[in-house]
Amino acid sequence: MIFADAFAWLLDAANWTGSRSIPVRVGVHLLYCLGAVLGAAAIAVPLGLYVGHTGRGGVLLVGGSNALRALPTLGLVTFLYLVAGGGQVGVLIGLVVLAVPPILAGAYAGIQDVDRGVVDAARGMGMTGAQRLWRVELPNALPLLVGGLRNATLQVVATASVAAYVGIETLGRPLLDGLRVLDYGQFVGGAVLVALLAVVLDVVLALVGKLVIPRGLRLSARPRRRAKAPRVG
Amino acid sequence: MGDVVKYLSDAGTRAALWSMLLDHVWLSLLPLVISVVLAVVLGLVCHRYRRLNGFVVGLSNVVYTIPSLALFAIIPAVIGTQVLNPVNVVLALTIYTTALLVRPVVEALNAVPAHVTAAATAMGFRPWRRFLTVELPLSVPVLAAGVRVGSVSNISLVSVGALIGTGGLGTLFTDGFRQRYLAPIAIGIVLTLALALVVDLLLVGLRNLVTPWARAGRA
Repeated sequence: MIFADAFAWLLDAANWTGSRSIPVRVGVHLLYCLGAVLGAAAIAVPLGLYVGHTGRGGVLLVGGSNALRALPTLGLVTFLYLVAGGGQVGVLIGLVVLAVPPILAGAYAGIQDVDRGVVDAARGMGMTGAQRLWRVELPNALPLLVGGLRNATLQVVATASVAAYVGIETLGRPLLDGLRVLDYGQFVGGAVLVALLAVVLDVVLALVGKLVIPRGLRLSARPRRRAKAPRVG
Repeated sequence: MGDVVKYLSDAGTRAALWSMLLDHVWLSLLPLVISVVLAVVLGLVCHRYRRLNGFVVGLSNVVYTIPSLALFAIIPAVIGTQVLNPVNVVLALTIYTTALLVRPVVEALNAVPAHVTAAATAMGFRPWRRFLTVELPLSVPVLAAGVRVGSVSNISLVSVGALIGTGGLGTLFTDGFRQRYLAPIAIGIVLTLALALVVDLLLVGLRNLVTPWARAGRA
């Protein structure tokens, strides 16, 4: 039974101590994910807010971020490894590129979806552009923005395993090692750890979302979030 | 650049590139086709029995947390195929893409205005015909948006399969890395991007073809 082997590997005390142990790899994995999501947010949130607020360059933004989605992370990471002569920067850039499109989509769609009537009302009250952005559009955009961050985190946590291929001690290591020596316990054990990490981070971000999203929005969010139906006739 | 030209000048390499490209196409697009069918069926079930909504949407969120490399690995353990069997990759991507598509399909079906379905019923449409000729076509734009995201992410995910040895353009990355040779990696990235672009354009064309009313409305 492969899952029994996986549990045996997970519970083996030898895997929990030393410089190549499970805790160290979880730490390295987390560090890369955190760096990548923060880096991507630093690029994507301002850009998404700007384009959403001014309405300029929306088509370019959507097209560009879709093209980014198509960039294969494994290709980017190996390419940057050979160009830069080391894995760390390449992996970080590869993961940032992976995380930018979902965050960008969340920020842009969040601002776009704010009820025009609400923005007009804010303008009518004499709010300047910056006041509208910070006090009306941004709080209203938070549910989708947090959703974008959660998507980005899920993808980055899953993909950081690939970093092990260029020699970084993430949770991808047991996956690749297990595959090389056909030790399925290690292989599936590593996979289970990555999935667990992703679920835990997603729950944490969901809780953060509950804390930062204004209460009024949470109450009204449900009936408002509908898919846009095409107009008939 | 010189390296790339030299790399491409070999006829054997060019033939190998073709076969990798073809592998990549079917490994990424077959799951897409299966998923569209699955997602529409699941979406229909959720639309009819609303109580299932929360369960299916929750399940699809959980599925998305499983890393692709892990899923490529766990599937053979569960269904008993060989690790290198391409069926694993197809199945894994089908699971991902279905999870991605179910939610927009349900939302699109629920968003069909009640007066439209009522009108169809009044015209004597039976539920099945109404679904196939009214509700499903009306949800095509939302479905198409989901399919476009799915195709792009599948095309980029198939390359990860190279780590466990299932063909496709990802093989260029692992080969290039092993030989410390940039040319194949660069070609692999360019071909992946080009494939994603071509498929996306085809999907947009297909969507416009099956939703002629959208263009009529705009004119």
